[in-house]
Parts: sequence; structure tokens; C-alpha cells
Amino acid sequence: MNSFFQELRGRFGGLIRSFHSDQAGAISILLSGSDVRPIAGFLRAEYGARLVTVFAEDRVEPEGLFYNYYVFEQRPNPQFLILQVPIPADDRRFPSLAEDLPNVNWQEREIQDWFGLEAAGHPNPRRVALHDNWPDVHPLCKDFPIDQVLPPFEGEQHVYRPTLGEGVFQIPVGPVHAGIIEPGHFNFALAGEPILYLQLRMFYTHKGTEKLFERLPIRRAVFLAESISGDSSFSHAVAFCQAIEGAAGIEIPARAAVMRTVMLELERIYNHTADIGAIATDVGFVVANMHAARLREMIVALNEELTGNRLLRGMASVGGVRRDWDSAQIRAIRRALEIFEKEFRDLIALIASSDSTRDRLERTGILSVEKARALGVVGVAGRASGVDLDVRRDHPYAAYRGVELRVPVYDAGDVWHRMQVRSDEVHESVRIVGAALDTLPSGPWCAPPQPIPGGRCAMSAVEGWRGEIIHWVRTGPGESLERCKIKDPSLNNWPALVEAVEGNIIADFPVINKSFNLSYSGTDR
Amino acid sequence: MFKILRKTFETGIVTRSYPERPAQVCTNFRGRPEFDLGQWSDSRPAAEVCPTGAIRVQDTGLARQVTIDYGRCVFCGLCAEVSGGAVTVTREFELAVQQRGDLVFSAEYALNQDGTNQSLVRITQPAGGQNDPGRNLRRTVHSVLGRSLAIREVDAGSCNGCELEIVALNNPVYDMERLGIHFVASPRHADMLLVTGVVTRNMEQALLKTYRATPEPKVVVAVGACGVSGGIFGVNYATVGGVDRVVPVDVYIPGCPPRPEALIHGILVAVGRLAQKLEGRPGR
Repeated sequence: MNSFFQELRGRFGGLIRSFHSDQAGAISILLSGSDVRPIAGFLRAEYGARLVTVFAEDRVEPEGLFYNYYVFEQRPNPQFLILQVPIPADDRRFPSLAEDLPNVNWQEREIQDWFGLEAAGHPNPRRVALHDNWPDVHPLCKDFPIDQVLPPFEGEQHVYRPTLGEGVFQIPVGPVHAGIIEPGHFNFALAGEPILYLQLRMFYTHKGTEKLFERLPIRRAVFLAESISGDSSFSHAVAFCQAIEGAAGIEIPARAAVMRTVMLELERIYNHTADIGAIATDVGFVVANMHAARLREMIVALNEELTGNRLLRGMASVGGVRRDWDSAQIRAIRRALEIFEKEFRDLIALIASSDSTRDRLERTGILSVEKARALGVVGVAGRASGVDLDVRRDHPYAAYRGVELRVPVYDAGDVWHRMQVRSDEVHESVRIVGAALDTLPSGPWCAPPQPIPGGRCAMSAVEGWRGEIIHWVRTGPGESLERCKIKDPSLNNWPALVEAVEGNIIADFPVINKSFNLSYSGTDR
Repeated sequence: MFKILRKTFETGIVTRSYPERPAQVCTNFRGRPEFDLGQWSDSRPAAEVCPTGAIRVQDTGLARQVTIDYGRCVFCGLCAEVSGGAVTVTREFELAVQQRGDLVFSAEYALNQDGTNQSLVRITQPAGGQNDPGRNLRRTVHSVLGRSLAIREVDAGSCNGCELEIVALNNPVYDMERLGIHFVASPRHADMLLVTGVVTRNMEQALLKTYRATPEPKVVVAVGACGVSGGIFGVNYATVGGVDRVVPVDVYIPGCPPRPEALIHGILVAVGRLAQKLEGRPGR
């Protein structure tokens, strides 16, 4: 690691102002200029580093500038590398990386929308987070009050690109969909049945979440974290708590780490099981879905027994978890998972034995390895397309350090393999829960309350069931937050859906979409 | 084919018969918090920890008004942890009401010098309940929609938690079709809109258009703390607040999210097949 920093200093001495490490798990490098391109290019080319996320912060009042943060990961190094890049308040521009790195396309545009900074040279600088009919506001700037009432919106929410040609037509879908799912707009261009081009309009459920974090006291904000994406309540809550614990230097007790691990895996199990059922239903195999939904119900009932809430809400807490488990609850986990796993095997065997189902799922909605890498796809969708990432293994947290983890990775990138990754991971999760319970130490389940100092920054990463969840915080005075950045894996993966559906027939769109099952609320916040 | 049938027979019937039989609610489930107002020595800690402002305290000199709003409650149980036994978490979940005010009540206290509650002066019950103007209408709705109800679900800005529980209504455990209730793909085929989420500025128009597209007679049910009141998100630059800020609401179902039986209860209350249980009851 030291030689790495020496090399960095040697090459970019003038550009690097300082190194600092506020927390275990991340090293920050403060740059002196706003041009991150040379050093980002070097990290990618020489060290194979992956750009995890890009986000901004308004520091105009205290420091007269904005910061952009570029978070890199270089496996197998467990530490994240964060480039902190100043952008002067009187010249609000930063060079765009989106031309070379499509995975930051949306994220840079978010920075434009939220902060009024300009991503110079962006290939498609249109709005992404704010709809076209919003007035010219930048809600995450500190001089924008959260309660500001905006005038009634007029005009189109988004102008779609025209798709022209003989026999080419468009199908608009949403934001209110036919199923019981979240709102978003899909604009399909078709020639006959095959999809030529899909345009997405997201952010219908944008509810000011990141701004709201800046107003809530930290201990209440845990509940806001639970409401970022309902099916990932516990993962987001843990990601948030870990960030606060990192900022405040709080060590969680060993028992809490194991309990968090168990619940993170239960969240993965119930969502993966529901998704497998939903994939089956989208190709007409409803019986399989009924079994899957029944199995999911077993796990959410277990969730309720363990936490008082079917979606594991009200359990995460800064410093650990809110309640302990007694031996009856621990027995209930083992008993439920034993029955569950046997039934889950039956479910997968049922689906695998149906030739018509396989026929619809195999080679459908292929996301190639090259495209997945270029778009920075993470999580289940990434692992089905050769992207070997898993935060649990690469940046262990909770009790994952002591767990040997098998990460399923396939190159086929079709719906079938996205389902296969889920199925493999469910078995792996059951095993992890069993192993974690074997090592469950006695003792406290939450660290004693201690003050959370202001002015600290920390980042945390959690492998939610969808993929990599990132939270970054800067604490403020009186246990408040000055900034909370949330990156749901869905934000990386939506553009990949566009690639995966191309050339497929429109009737396969629902199953392809379901095989990604991305969060709208997590994306829109 | 035989494998499928064999598995089905092995599994047997898993459907529960709520509401004919009471729901099987596990002992750890957190439902409605109950307030022993006479024994509540200090309301401030509960108001302090409440993540959504469901418990609010307003002091004027040595008088205090405590307002409790089940419509904002996310059932986290923090109020019970800091109230020394005056607040207990019950397992009640059938909290759907026809008027928003039925979820709210206030208690007025005289205060000690140190700011603790000295004595309970009065409890203000919400309006509504007995003198309910919607009763006749619901009779009509029941005769028209009671036995076969088509629902269009609208996510107007939810976190997706409520959707998970609404989807669960279609699973074999809750199987809402046994009650003649099913979900439809278009508002034009719907009798009821089941609306979740704090309504976002970006969904305001879509929700209005969906409402207008639904034929009369129609019923609107607001689901979850966010749909009922705006929840933890409240009103901000990106949100409008609860569903009734945009379209008229007939029934409110609290919860974060409401469990499937709570949804069934609320839907059946909306069409007059079940009675509302909560009558602005403060507790013991």
C-alpha cells in the first residue's frame, strides 16, 4: 500500500494536497484542482480500480467551494479510495468522465441537477433526477430550504427521443403500471415485436430523502434509512448505522454483528425467493410462484418473530440492534430455515423440470459481460454477467469477516442465470445464517450510547440483496447530519436493463425487468 | 405435470381464513401503541424519540397538549421504551378508519414546575364516529361493490414496503380472491384505488389522472403511514403529503407497512363489509 501512495505522489505530486484516513475501510485523498481525469485514468489503467460512485457536497458556506467525491475500489484491497475534489463556488464546473465511464453518466447528471454544477463535456447533459417540468432549482444546495413550495409544474415531464422508420412505433408505459409495482415510465420503440430501443424515465418517486437526512436528528434518521427502499429496509438501515458508527468510532458488540448478519441474509432470502417466483409467473408458471410466495411468507413471518416487523423494520440501531433474541427465537430461525431449504430445493427442481419455462428464460434478456463491466453493473445482475463483486467478501462488515463466502458468478447474462445466481445465493445465505448462529456470542447487543461528534465523514458499504449499497455521511453539530449520500445498486443497473432488452420481443420485457428487479424508490430517493 | 400435482397435494391448503377467524399474529408483533394517559408522568421523551412526529407536545405555560396521531405512527415502539410503562405496544392491527380524525386524539395536562405531567385535565376525542355522514353512502357502495371488488393499486411515491404487503394479498396464504376481491391492470376497470406513498410532486398529476379515469362509484383507500399522513417524509419540496391532499380518501389504513390482514380489514371496511374498530380510543 505504501508503495502505491509513493507512486501516486511521484506522478501527481502537484495535484495531491493530502492523504487522510478518517475511518477504517477508506482512505481519502484531497486534490488541489478540480480535474480528476489524469489520476482517475491512472487508477483504472495501472491498478484496475473500479469507480464505485461519484457524488457532491455543498461546502460553500464554510469553505467557499463544493466537493466531488470519487470512490474507487481496487480488489483485493479491502480499503476504498476516495478522491475528494474541490470545485470553486465561482467556477461551478468539473470535467465529465461519462464518455469513458458510462457508469457515472446518471450520477454526474444527478450532481448537475442537485447542486447546479456543470459536468463539462458530458455526452448527454440533460436532466436525470429532476423532471423537465421542474423550475430551475438545485435542491441539495444549502441555500435551498427543504420546505420550499415549488410553483405548479407545467409542460412535459420528459421529452423522449423520436424513433423513426418505416413500421417503427412506440409504446409508452407508466408511470402507473399494470402490476403492483413502483412508478416509472418506459418508452419502447419497436419494429414488429422486437424492441429496438427503450427509454427510461425514473425519479417519479423522488421524495427529497437525501435533503431530509440533513434535517432529522441522527437517531431518527435510522427510520428514514429504512424507508429508502422498502424491500431493502434492513440493508439500508445497516449501511446508514455503519456510516454513523464509522464517523463516531463506535465498535458494535460481537453479538450485534452476528445478529445483523443473520437479518441481512434473511432479507436476501425472502427477496430472492419472491423474485424467483415472480420470474416464473412472468412466463406463465404460476404454480411455481404460489410455492415461492408461500416460502417467502415463511421468512417474513420469521422476520416478524425476530424483530416485530415483517420487513425487519425497527430493529437496526446505531451501535448494534435494538432487541436481543432469546433461545426460542434462535431455535425458530434454525427450524424455519431447515423447512425452508428443503422446500426451496423442491421449488427450484420444479422450475428446472419445466422445459417451457427454461425455454422462455434461457438466452432471454442477455446482458453481455463487456456491457455489464462498462456500465458498472453490480449485485445479482452483475454476477450473472461475469462481474465478480460482493461487498460481503470484498469489504467485510458485520460478521462476514469470519465467514467463508462462495460468490456465484456466471457469464451467460440471461434471465435464467440471474435466477440461478439468486438460487445459489439463497442456499449460501441459509448456510451463512447457520454458521453465524453457531458462533453467536453472548453479551450485549448494542454498544452503550455515546455522543456522535460533528464534522466527521465516513462511508459504508453493504451488499444488499440487489447489490452494493453505499452510504456516505458528514456529521454536523448536535448529532445531526450535514450530508447523507445514498447509492442504491439500482442506480447502476437501470441503464443495463436498456441494453438487456434490446432485440428481445416486447412480451419478454416483464420477465427481463423482473429478473433485474430494480428499486425505483432506491433510485429516486 | 405429475410432479407439480404431487407437490400441490403434499403442500395442502395453506390459506388462512381471516377475517372469519382472527389473524394469527405472533407475540412479538408491534401493533398499536396504547397510552395510559392518567399514568403518563412525562410525555416529552416519547415525543422526542418519535421518528415521524406521531406524538407531539405543545406547552403553554403550565399547560400541555399532547397530540397522538396513529396516522403518522410507524409502530417502532420507541415511545414505549422511554415512557416508564405508560405506553405499551399492543398487537392490534385493525386500525383502518373512515375519517382521518379518527386516528388522532389529544390529551391536556397540567404541568409541574419541572415540566413533567402533573395531572390529566381532559382527553379530546376526534370528531366523527357516531355522527358519520358517510354511512348511507357506504351502504350504497356495499350493495354495488361489496361482493365483487376490482382494485387498481397506485404507488404515488411509496418506498415499496406497502407494495410488498399488497402483493402478499395475492399469495396462497392470504388469497384475497376468496373474498371476491381482485387486482386489475387499469383504473378504467377498477372500483377502488389503493394508494400508497407520500404523494410526490412527480406523481401528483399521474394520481389525479388515474382517479379521473376510474369510473363512479369509486372508493379510494390510502395505505401506510405515508399514504395516510405523509409519514416520515411529510411535506417538502418534492412531496405533497398524504393521499387526501390530492384526491378524496374514503378509508385510511395505518401501518409501516400495514400487515396483509390490516389491508384486508381496511379494504372490507371501505366497502362496508367490516366495521371500523378504532374509534379514536386513547387507551385504558
